[in-house]
Amino acid sequence: MGVLMEVKDLTVRFDTQDGVVQAVNGVSYTLREGEILGVVGESGSGKSVHVLSMLRLIPTPPGRIEKGQVLFEGSDLLSMPNDELRKVRGGQIGMIFQDPMTSLNPVLTIGRQITEVLTLHMNMNQKEADDRATELLEMVGIPDARRRLRDYPHQFSGGMRQRVMIAIGLACNPKLLIADEPTTALDVTIQAQIIDLVRRLQEKLGMAIIWITHDLGVVAGLADTLQVMYAGRIVERGPVREVFKDTRHAYTLGLLNSLPRADQKRGTRLVQIGGMPPDLTQPIIGDPFAPRNPYATERCWKEAPPLLPVPDGHPEHLAAAWYDLRTAKKSREFGEKVVQP
Amino acid sequence: MTTYQAAGSEPLLKVQNLVKHFPINRGIIFQRQVGAVKAVDDVTFNVYPGETLGLVGESGSGKSTTGRTVLQLYRPTGGQVLFEGTDLAQLRGDALRKMRRNVQMVFQDPYASLNPRMTIGDIISEPIRVHNLRQGKAVRERVNELLELVGLNPAFANRYPHEFSGGQRQRVGIARALAVEPKLIICDEPISALDVSIQAQVINLLQDLQEQLKLTYLFIAHDLSMIRHMCQRVAVMYKGKIVELAETDELYNNPIHPYTKVLLSAVPIPDPDIERTRQHLIMDPNFDYTEKDSRMVEVSPGHFVAASRV
Repeated sequence: MGVLMEVKDLTVRFDTQDGVVQAVNGVSYTLREGEILGVVGESGSGKSVHVLSMLRLIPTPPGRIEKGQVLFEGSDLLSMPNDELRKVRGGQIGMIFQDPMTSLNPVLTIGRQITEVLTLHMNMNQKEADDRATELLEMVGIPDARRRLRDYPHQFSGGMRQRVMIAIGLACNPKLLIADEPTTALDVTIQAQIIDLVRRLQEKLGMAIIWITHDLGVVAGLADTLQVMYAGRIVERGPVREVFKDTRHAYTLGLLNSLPRADQKRGTRLVQIGGMPPDLTQPIIGDPFAPRNPYATERCWKEAPPLLPVPDGHPEHLAAAWYDLRTAKKSREFGEKVVQP
Repeated sequence: MTTYQAAGSEPLLKVQNLVKHFPINRGIIFQRQVGAVKAVDDVTFNVYPGETLGLVGESGSGKSTTGRTVLQLYRPTGGQVLFEGTDLAQLRGDALRKMRRNVQMVFQDPYASLNPRMTIGDIISEPIRVHNLRQGKAVRERVNELLELVGLNPAFANRYPHEFSGGQRQRVGIARALAVEPKLIICDEPISALDVSIQAQVINLLQDLQEQLKLTYLFIAHDLSMIRHMCQRVAVMYKGKIVELAETDELYNNPIHPYTKVLLSAVPIPDPDIERTRQHLIMDPNFDYTEKDSRMVEVSPGHFVAASRV
């Protein structure tokens, strides 16, 4: 499959009262056509901000894109004129956001909000747009679609609103769908419906997806590639099965271990990651995860590790670590006291 | 649901036919009630000393309302809440305040549940003063002891909530609940506002405290895998009713109610090999899983399912 998008050294800063927040620090990766990329991280990891920055959707100021390139089908989204970028956003790149309650306009009908995209990007007349909107609502599983075009957002439930958002995101047959925590605000049964829907739509329409979440379970079922982010950096990335089964970064391992498992005896303690994420207004020397990492070596405290292919692993499996987790795991169990120099 | 007794002991909390309706009013000056939201609709369960009973369900299922009604933060529309034999629903004023020493709550949102203008020390000492548990210097000593118990530095007592992270604030919330030495703690979604790597810290703390202080928990959550980890028994709520209640392994391995099945199937498993091969039951958004005129039937010892009478 061909390359759809190339992110090169994306670096984003926020100027705040507390100092300069180093939100995204040199993020680079390639997205293939039709690839489903799952991006996992905690709040402050840069998982949402890096994607919003790619589309120039962060508020500036306080935000600013310090450097980097985002080549979407060869043209740089970051240096493109605004009117060209507007054609890409909502056109070739569709978006779904976390909160379906606030991302729809409450005073416009659902039909108006879907057809707006179509008349703007696809030059359809109102009749064609209505037909296409009906088709889209049917595709995302909203019954009685043509009549419901006249309804307002408050007449839909949370899950149904997120379906409408997906319909809008997919309206112009995008090559890339960006989904920023699209199921976090929803109940788990509704989440299962939405994931099932997205999976079927992806098989049918073949678009690439960037799915941002904090839920490793969702990624396990949906993504081709998993990218784990911490302190505005990619710390591990690779085919989803490789990252789950042959984990090479201590943070990824910590996240996986901290989840309760079905085969675990009740009453046993969860393996917890000690400490807290770093303050991104302060300069970080070395590996940002080192203070919480029981496997940290002396080098981790001094020098930032580059993101490189892992030794004896899948060629597309990358990790930013000075230690080899396979040998380190044998010598020490996770959860022991962290030794600081 | 009275035939089953965990470890043969008397229940600490008996909730019987609990009902909480919220009125729906119309009209601006002449208000009249036009209906009621049946948030909790005839709920019965026991909590035994030392156990953790999980209450799981989706938003709007009535699980949080049940917790708040048990504590009398909402007054029940009907039914009984018997704590060691005393019906909390009948108590007023001082008598209720005294009983509340025994039942405390840990809230979901550690950002909203701590007064931003009070220091951590004041927040934790307030219930100690209200209940007259310590006097003078002993109050401060007790606060320091509690802070250490939840893994915070006693030197933090003079700081304000905004200086703390979400996980640390939740520790403060737990220390505040523990200040009055309660027997039962209602944990209302205590970790859902926290980041994944912090959740395990708070869960481990709650388990350590339970062991150390012989606490009983009513653990309300929507995260089914965390419920499985924490609880000995689990009650599943749907539209204001308990539809299934069983010991944890029994419920997860042998769910009977169609809603429980859908709910368990919806939980994503963080293992690509399992998650990609298993069968997913997808909930039909237009289907109502409630049984008409149902009652709880004990299908095997301790395993109760709502079944239609007809």
